[in-house]
Amino acid sequence: MTEPATDTVVCDACPIRCVIKPGRTGSCDRYGNIDGVLARMDPLLVLDRTREQGGALVPFASREGDWEGDLVLTGEMFVTGAGSGTTYPDYKPAPFIVSSTIAGVDMVTVVTEAIFSYCGVDVKIDTDRHVGAERQIVRADGEAVGHVTTGQYGSQMLSLGGVNHLTGGTKHEGVVTMETLLALCSGGSVELSVDEGSQLVLQAGQPPVINGVVEERMRVGCGSATIGMFAQQWYEHVDEVVVVDDHITGVLSEHQAGRYLDIPATGIKVKGRRSTPGRYFNVANAGTGWGGTDIEDPLTIIERFDPAVARPGLTLLMIGTTGEHHAYFVLDDELRPVPAPLPDVLRLSVARIRENCEPAMTSVLFMAGAGGSLRAGATVNPVALTRSVNQTLTRVTCGGAPVYIWPGGGITFMVDVMLVPPGAFGYVPTPALVAPLEFTLRRDDYAALGGHMEAIVPMDEILARPDVRYS
Amino acid sequence: MSGPTASTTADGSRLHLQHGPIDLIIEAWGDATDVADAYRRAWVRFQPLLDELVEELPTLRRPLDDEMPGPASPVGRRMAAAVRPFGDRFITPMAAVAGAVADEICAAMVAGGDLRRVYVNDGGDIALHLSPGESFDVGLVPVPNRPALLGKVAVRAHEPIRGVATSGRHGRSFSLGIADAVTVLAADAAGADAAATVIANAVDLPGHPAVRRVPASDLEPDSDLGSRLITAEVGPLGAGEVAQALAAGVEEAERLRADGLLAAAVLCLDDQVAAVASPVLASAVGG
Repeated sequence: MTEPATDTVVCDACPIRCVIKPGRTGSCDRYGNIDGVLARMDPLLVLDRTREQGGALVPFASREGDWEGDLVLTGEMFVTGAGSGTTYPDYKPAPFIVSSTIAGVDMVTVVTEAIFSYCGVDVKIDTDRHVGAERQIVRADGEAVGHVTTGQYGSQMLSLGGVNHLTGGTKHEGVVTMETLLALCSGGSVELSVDEGSQLVLQAGQPPVINGVVEERMRVGCGSATIGMFAQQWYEHVDEVVVVDDHITGVLSEHQAGRYLDIPATGIKVKGRRSTPGRYFNVANAGTGWGGTDIEDPLTIIERFDPAVARPGLTLLMIGTTGEHHAYFVLDDELRPVPAPLPDVLRLSVARIRENCEPAMTSVLFMAGAGGSLRAGATVNPVALTRSVNQTLTRVTCGGAPVYIWPGGGITFMVDVMLVPPGAFGYVPTPALVAPLEFTLRRDDYAALGGHMEAIVPMDEILARPDVRYS
Repeated sequence: MSGPTASTTADGSRLHLQHGPIDLIIEAWGDATDVADAYRRAWVRFQPLLDELVEELPTLRRPLDDEMPGPASPVGRRMAAAVRPFGDRFITPMAAVAGAVADEICAAMVAGGDLRRVYVNDGGDIALHLSPGESFDVGLVPVPNRPALLGKVAVRAHEPIRGVATSGRHGRSFSLGIADAVTVLAADAAGADAAATVIANAVDLPGHPAVRRVPASDLEPDSDLGSRLITAEVGPLGAGEVAQALAAGVEEAERLRADGLLAAAVLCLDDQVAAVASPVLASAVGG
């Protein structure tokens, strides 16, 4: 038996990178080579065993059906049985509808692996740095995979994936989009570029890397808020403080907080558009420098000191909203700010700003909609499942992780990918993502909505089966 | 590519660590905080472990060669140490990989914690920790895909046994022999793993027409066994032939026991079972 070398596949599921011949599995037995294509084996293996042993399968749809272009792949749904969302946090496929008793109520969990063409991720990047203007295209490998969307507190937001990038563009665009989503959902890192913006390296649960710089901390607040929070600590230790921020730059002596403490005017003239006293918009352009601006030298935002008010020896602290950038100046006889060492008494407030900034993270929410054919695997009357979910009689989980269900039609949910067991996400060449999905409901409710009662297997019977791996 | 994962059972008693082909089921007994700390240490040690092994896979897949630098990673060194005493037979450090991983994680858990008992079960190759006076009951299952308890062995703290391993035709690894299963109790899991592999290879009927053999590399291009013939299929054998194959394995097991490489071994083929044990364990294993 000598197959041509081209039929072997190199598995990339783990670092071992097994070379797998057709019909064989890798060293883990989880992945195998089916007709020259790397495939996840567990559902098939367990399904085969169930068939051999005469077990009942939930009738669904023909696996041989031509599914190219279908929004939801038919026949790939397995009702599985490790009891995700009920007993064990980990997801392992096995073709069962499982019942167990939770709090004295007989519960039914329908565990499936669902194919999602309608899916994407929202990425929250904790940074004030400019990653790109809203609505700019986000690219991976040159292909458009999403866009910059509405910014949120201390964060830039990306919306990636979705059916238009997955199946609405070229094949390559779809594949790159799918790979990007899969990597982000699986805890991998992706390299993205924003048109007229930054280069990003993003990984769920890790600090974002923007133009090669690791973002360490979220800002403590906007420049104005920072003045408010720390005015008391600066009072009597420094004459003037400017908190540089792309959103609102704060000036202590003019700010409400400074007035309250009777801090005298310093004659400082800051560039930008004054909003209210001591609060300035647009002191500079957005960028990756001080406080999310393009500023490298903070003095560029100070027009001058008014000689009628300012005096030589006046002290000035300039600081970004994360405490990462700061500088201390003393006015010379010509009222020019001259850099000077930061006095110890101010060092504490700088450290405190830094300390109050939370670690910057990249967070990824997977969002997807469950279509009609998926629901058919769970019940003979699919819309009854939707209604049951909407009435919160049925709890939906993704690999055991809690989800937020959108109101409105369909079963559209969001889940934090960090809570989904690693390895739970997969793909099909449509291209579309595969994710676990479990519906848990009371046994009598399940019967009422036309569930496959004949296929229910008690949990302890599943766990006692020698061929079911538990975790 | 998937990274290492950790989960616990719903009641938090058992820890499951998985990365690539490594699946560990772990349980520790002790104060709740000690157990929690031990599970954390296990997870910390586990995360880089597969990458360390992959780094030196080419070395680990070759028989030890004193002319060449040996494995450098902690698990790799455990593997090499476990197979070194078998150097006159064909064996690569990979024969002890599962047991060595179990030993490494068990050691990480025990270091710096006060635990009464620990087991680290790496797909049937088990590392044990026992504090004085403690014991484990180990059940023996002769054929992995037809679970039925053959018997039980009580491993007590004063006995020199901290590893249990099973090798044979039905596991994930290839076997050069025809044993359904050979279970070995030894000083550590890596040593038990290597010994079980060697004994399972020895349970054989060379040249028998009912045994179909194929080069390992035909099935797995990267196999550490290269083009050596591994057992693909065993047809019906007579009771006398089964006994003859087992006797060859027992002979090997006795040699290993005399060399101090194992405390006990149970060999299974078809419906026949043979055992080799130190006198102190003989009654238990026989049961």
